[in-house]
Amino acid sequence: MKQIEILYKGRQSFMPEDELEKREGQLDNDNEYTTWVEYWYKGELVHRSAQVNLKKGMFAGMEQGDFGG
Amino acid sequence: MANTQAICNSFKTDILQALHNFGTTVTRAGTGADTFKGALYFATATLNKSTTAYSATGEVGNSGSYTAGGITITNATAPTLSTDTAVWTPSASWTTGALFSAAAFDTLLVYNSTQSNKAVAVYTFGSQTIVSGTFTLTMPANSAATALIQLA
Repeated sequence: MKQIEILYKGRQSFMPEDELEKREGQLDNDNEYTTWVEYWYKGELVHRSAQVNLKKGMFAGMEQGDFGG
Repeated sequence: MANTQAICNSFKTDILQALHNFGTTVTRAGTGADTFKGALYFATATLNKSTTAYSATGEVGNSGSYTAGGITITNATAPTLSTDTAVWTPSASWTTGALFSAAAFDTLLVYNSTQSNKAVAVYTFGSQTIVSGTFTLTMPANSAATALIQLA
């Protein structure tokens, strides 16, 4: 049985996955593809992990000067 | 034959490797490859293009395997040229283990810890909170349109 690390009522411990409610989500746009997984226990969020996949970085342009005009 | 004015492509990659110094008083801390780090910041922080250096203000606190100052970015690939764009992207991904961040964070600051923690770039993403979990950040493909740093 897969054990999930949780934080419940201020205490860190592990619980079997099948005793927790699992919720998953994702965000997909031009900048990133992100997924996350949450585990809830008795209405409380006890675990949340996320993975952010950056799709692109930052662009800086350079322009040379011109003589005369 | 005709001449065409342009910023030389080699210059773009040279800049990313500190081969030119136009300053009159600039002194680099060493001549070897620098160490770059990535620090996470809460969504309430105010990092932007005016950020000049790493600061602990607004940074995600010590938790799990994440410590103030962030994580060293593996700089395994030297800057290269993709078409006419100099590009650089660090290692594929890094993960923080057993992180707890009750407040949402949405920003990564890449900075040069060898050169007085000088800022390189600010990257934002959708706000995340982590509870007893991991946060993994995967870098983009190292090409002209997607690299973490693109200089053209």
